[in-house]
Amino acid sequence: MTESNPPAKLDRALLMKDAMRELSAPTRRLFLRRALSLGGLAMLSGCSISNDKSVDSFLKGVSRFNDRVQGWLFDPNRLAPTYPESMITRPFPFNAFYARSQAPRVDGDSYRLEVSGLVADKHSWTLPELHQLPQVDQVTRHICVEGWSAIGKWGGVRFSTFLQRIGADTSARYIGFKCSDDYYTSIDMATALHPQTLLTLSYDGQTLPREYGFPMKLRMPSKLGYKNPKHIAALFVTNTNPGGYWEHYGYNWFGGS
Amino acid sequence: MSTAAAIHPLWLRLTHWSNALAVIILVFSGWRIYNASPIFNFKFPEGITLGGWLGGALLWHFAAMWLLVANGVVYLLFNLFSGRLKNRFFPLRVREVFGDLLAALKGRLAHEDPRHYNAVQKLAYLFVMLDTLVVILSGLVVWKSVQFPLLRELMGGFDNARIVHFFAMAALVAFFLVHIVMVALVPRTLLLMTRGR
Ligand code: HEM
Repeated sequence: MTESNPPAKLDRALLMKDAMRELSAPTRRLFLRRALSLGGLAMLSGCSISNDKSVDSFLKGVSRFNDRVQGWLFDPNRLAPTYPESMITRPFPFNAFYARSQAPRVDGDSYRLEVSGLVADKHSWTLPELHQLPQVDQVTRHICVEGWSAIGKWGGVRFSTFLQRIGADTSARYIGFKCSDDYYTSIDMATALHPQTLLTLSYDGQTLPREYGFPMKLRMPSKLGYKNPKHIAALFVTNTNPGGYWEHYGYNWFGGS
Repeated sequence: MSTAAAIHPLWLRLTHWSNALAVIILVFSGWRIYNASPIFNFKFPEGITLGGWLGGALLWHFAAMWLLVANGVVYLLFNLFSGRLKNRFFPLRVREVFGDLLAALKGRLAHEDPRHYNAVQKLAYLFVMLDTLVVILSGLVVWKSVQFPLLRELMGGFDNARIVHFFAMAALVAFFLVHIVMVALVPRTLLLMTRGR
């Protein structure tokens, strides 16, 4: 979700994203199944795939297996490479399931970050409160599921610090995020506690701009762009996998890099 | 059917055809993934890609990769420990490669004894084995660049690993096209690769 398209392919990708957004949930599943099988049948027309539903569920099953493999490959102490500021990609690309002009306008003064689930302290956080927590920044590579990558500088609060402050049960399995643009996603606890996972409030030294996720974006250099939620409104700690927006269409849930 | 008499043992025929299936799925879904963010100034026609959209193509790609790897390991182990790799593909002499290549271009390459590969075949098959290894290693970096720091540096970073992956794919497809033409020219080999004899 975070990230961008070079202008030439913007219209097409956006159309696709918009079209998908319009579809109701059951239609979406059908759409995915059809998309999988249309391509699949066209290609493998020699062999008869009698039941495209079984192909779909087989591929999804492998994707869940891949979640487990990635969880196993993930090393909590291994750091993603960091770069000098001179290597920052300018301008940093914009990408979402809507056009740049449609990015949500969140009022910073009335903003409250809601916290719920398996945590000791469920009070909502204002922006000044978040700014009072210890701040760090890092220059890392953002890798998009589409294949492109870009280097940017994000600053904010270490997510592990924040989880500690709210007394989160760090033996729980997932953290879910709800965003002001109706986006939602979730991550595993190991990644949440990774030292480079930041609850970012700034981009390149400036207050996080609207198109990059004001007021707050979770930045994880160990995960693909669509796992990095922008415009976070609420987060919750849980043992039930909350899934995610693109994950629902078929993107891999773990989405590691 | 006595397997002892088979020119291509059963394990070879099975691994060859599952490899072909894995490669076909990986190539056609890979083209769809490439199209989501092309490296060069072109896209693959969507009609000949697999997956319907990026997410579908990724599901196919990350499923077929397991078949490619698992099958490749089985093939290599059988080939190594049966001594077949050594017998079938070595010795490989540069002189013979040029000699056989010349003969092939003149349309006079002998393919009398199917128990032996000619030097061009040996080179082509060894090349595609190594190329498949490059495809897998570069693919691993594109998939999990943060988790494989050594491989990542070897591939020249994430962006460069995509380029390596692309050209390794291109080389594999080039092999495949020549391979198909050769099989069409000597159809008897197809029978051998299916029936064993
Ligand atoms: C689907 C179409 C394919 C057909 C019809 C086909 C056919 C054949 C045949 C007939 C042989 C035996 C040649 C002989 O005995 O002289 C052979 C061997 C071989 N093919 Fe294919 N092939 C196909 C796809 C592939 C693909 C996609 C790859 C690899 C990327 C591949 C790699 C090889 C290798 C490495 C050998 C030698 C194996 C050994 O002896 O260990 N083939 N193929």
